[in-house]
Amino acid sequence: MPVLELRGITKSFPGVLANQDINLTLEKGEIHALLGENGAGKTTLMNILYGLYRPNEGEILINDQKVDIEGPSDAIARGIGMVHQHFMLVPVMTVTENVMLGNETTRNGVFLDREKVSKRIREISDQYGLEVDPEAYIKDLPVGIQQRVEIIKVLYRQADILIFDEPTAVLTPQEVEGLIKIIRSLIASGKSLIFITHKLKEVLEVADRITVLRLGRVVGSAIPGQVDERKLAEMMVGREVNLVVDKQIAQPKEAVLEVKDLFVRDERDNPAINGLSFTVHSGEVMGVAGVQGNGQTELVYALTGLLRSASGSILLSGKDIHKSTPRQIIEQGVAHVPEDRQKHGLVLSFPLLDNMVLCTYYQPPFAKGVNMQEKIIIQNGVELVKQFDVRTPSVFVAASTLSGGNQQKVIVAREFSRPIKLLIASQPTRGLDVGSIEYIHGRIIEKRDEGTAVLVVSSELDEIIALSDRIAVMYRGRIVDILPAGATKEHLGLLMAGVKPEDIPESAKKKSAGPVEKVF
Amino acid sequence: MTDKTVKDTPSGKQDKKFDLRHIFEGSYSTLLPLLAIFTGLVIGAIVIAATDATVIAAWQNFFQAPGAALAATWTSIAVAYGALFGGSLGSPAEIFAGIQTYFSTGDSAAFMKAIYPITESLVTATPYIFAGLAVAVGFRCGLFNIGAEGQFFMGALGSVFVGYSFSSLPAIIHLPLALLGGIAAGALWGAVPGYLKAKFGAHEVVNTIMMNWIGFRLSDWLLNGPMKSPGFRPVTRNIAEAAELPHFFPDPLRLNWGFILALLVAWLIYWLLFKTTIGFEIRTVGANPDAAKYAGVNIVRNFVLAMVISGGLAGLSGASQVLGVDHWVGQGFSAGYGFDAIAIALLGKSHPLGVVLSALLFGVLRGGATRMQSLAGIPVDIISIIQGLVIVFVAAPDIIRWLYRIRPAEKHALQSRG
Repeated sequence: MPVLELRGITKSFPGVLANQDINLTLEKGEIHALLGENGAGKTTLMNILYGLYRPNEGEILINDQKVDIEGPSDAIARGIGMVHQHFMLVPVMTVTENVMLGNETTRNGVFLDREKVSKRIREISDQYGLEVDPEAYIKDLPVGIQQRVEIIKVLYRQADILIFDEPTAVLTPQEVEGLIKIIRSLIASGKSLIFITHKLKEVLEVADRITVLRLGRVVGSAIPGQVDERKLAEMMVGREVNLVVDKQIAQPKEAVLEVKDLFVRDERDNPAINGLSFTVHSGEVMGVAGVQGNGQTELVYALTGLLRSASGSILLSGKDIHKSTPRQIIEQGVAHVPEDRQKHGLVLSFPLLDNMVLCTYYQPPFAKGVNMQEKIIIQNGVELVKQFDVRTPSVFVAASTLSGGNQQKVIVAREFSRPIKLLIASQPTRGLDVGSIEYIHGRIIEKRDEGTAVLVVSSELDEIIALSDRIAVMYRGRIVDILPAGATKEHLGLLMAGVKPEDIPESAKKKSAGPVEKVF
Repeated sequence: MTDKTVKDTPSGKQDKKFDLRHIFEGSYSTLLPLLAIFTGLVIGAIVIAATDATVIAAWQNFFQAPGAALAATWTSIAVAYGALFGGSLGSPAEIFAGIQTYFSTGDSAAFMKAIYPITESLVTATPYIFAGLAVAVGFRCGLFNIGAEGQFFMGALGSVFVGYSFSSLPAIIHLPLALLGGIAAGALWGAVPGYLKAKFGAHEVVNTIMMNWIGFRLSDWLLNGPMKSPGFRPVTRNIAEAAELPHFFPDPLRLNWGFILALLVAWLIYWLLFKTTIGFEIRTVGANPDAAKYAGVNIVRNFVLAMVISGGLAGLSGASQVLGVDHWVGQGFSAGYGFDAIAIALLGKSHPLGVVLSALLFGVLRGGATRMQSLAGIPVDIISIIQGLVIVFVAAPDIIRWLYRIRPAEKHALQSRG
């Protein structure tokens, strides 16, 4: 008997059929992965299950009982718990307070009974291996631990059916391993899990069963072991996907970016970059690898003028830019694909056509004096949408209405379409689906081959290996080593973990047989 | 392809925190302000009826004579709103008759009398348009300018000073100079909090409120000291005739060029905000300061610029009242124009056209209030109640959606990239 069954779920929004006749079952103790590209309808389906949307047709059965889920609190009462991709936690409160929020345990009706709740949290922690200090403040916890708090919240409310929405998108590789262990212990104690993702490798590692969605429909299901990544990617995208980035050997020419003895303090005035030097040449991709939080963000901010460097020099074609404003740097031919596309990359409430000229709106041909040239801006938007394959009903819709992959394409279109000599791409494919990743990687290599110097910063080692001609590894605000393209994952991983270059064993440097396969 | 308009709205973080832009953008359609106004009037009608002694008496005998109770209620409301709109718009029949009389006899007195109410509404709307635009420009840059009232005051003082200081300038020089005096004084009053925000990060809400008090007390001092006219009352001298905004009709009609100027300025602000690089920068800073910084926009400069424009518009509002209507300034000169302006900007979704329409509505309500009081015995305060209700409904559109069963946009569901 399945614990959960969806029958013929159909949901339409004005002009869009988000879910069409979807059938899905979840058995007790099963991990069922829901795989699909951005916009395939995974989230809509889960929002229906969580009571946020009402389906137009179809029914939901829990333990063979037909149910009508009226809202999140109703879903929780029926044992459905959701671990959100964007955490719903109050940073200035403790773990205990966050867990009890909305369901406060009290003494004498008014006094919060923190002891009782933290005792329960400890019990849950012990049972499932979710180590966390109930007294710690959320703001002091790393992302991986914050996610554990989200899971505890769900378990505290006695959920039996857990929905994980893109749980690994924000985690480091080590944290992903920890999460997988936790998931296993949840299953072992009889919970059932729906795991939403677009990462193929994880699906094959974790899931018992895989259902693939495309364009709002179930296009197939599979069992790990009977399919491989290539097959899944094909089902997801609807065509054959090139998993390896196609590229020739780089032809580096003159130095474009030279960074010497750079020191940078972060926004809270703590040292973030402590004496760092490297050079990027025209026609090569320099990858910057490292566990997140080792100064990569600050490095990019310093290079683009968003953060003042404390000392050292940044030479762009021989000219020092370390005291220049973002605009001066942009005008010298630097493009920046920012790490956080919604914070820096886009004005979400603006239409696409305005976002396409965000950095050039004041220059001809887009402006004559102070007059913006509407016709040319529209024309530019239409052309870029076509050229960069942005899926949108028109250039007049707000950027907020697009999916993550299409938002990223808007940024790429804007940054790649003006004359540049240096491209800085920070986490260029974070949270994107296979199709978009393939596309953006192709465009980056295209820029390289045109003679642009490219700096790619990514916390996904696979991405760094796939794109880079040289790889710089950052650790605690320094570059510990710069390796050639063929470096092994093991070698890089040890450097990322802080092992000194001279202590790396020879065995780790040896390449295993076969080409470097790009995996997601 | 069907997945073009994608289902999830990845507006993530921005949906979670309260933000000014939620008030003017997103799912908020033009239907909602109209329903807000309508609902405000309906509730206003209930208040009018419920506070009318005749109506209350009639309802006490409801079981004996239910028809009489309903009739009394209806009469009460009809008389009040009849007086309100008659007092603010006039009667079309009278206006038509006035035109006929003019053409047949050449006597325009009847026509003037007939259009008096509507011209008075436009006179009241004029400073509302300027001040509403002032607050709207601030909103567009993400700034909450509560200081329009103080800037209005300073603008009035600036223009009256220029207005009475010269006696022999030709109108073509004196009037623009007096308007500029008002703009400059208001702009200065806006620039201070703008600069403090840009330089020290001091919050503009606090600073503009403080600037209001400085402005009020400064004007008290000026009106009792340096700018006081001979005599006992704390008022200034009258401005020179050359500095007046010319009236369209003979007295007592006060409609003047200030109204036309307000419409022109509204168009100018529309052009500035939506057709120029200056406006693009202001709106970018307002909509996403991080993205503005990324794009190389100078945020600090835009904060100051927006506050200067905002203050200048509020100052122009004061100037239009002085130069077009009052011709002098006395203590307690403003009727809260700067504060009502916040409501007007909100109701008008910070769009110049919306601001003009809201200002006209406020002008009509304010213009008819006095007549409603004298004819129907309804206190003018009922207008404040209606205005307050409209603003509550505009600020909390979910109430209106719930009242009229408008399906909420399914937008605030979970955010994900799935």
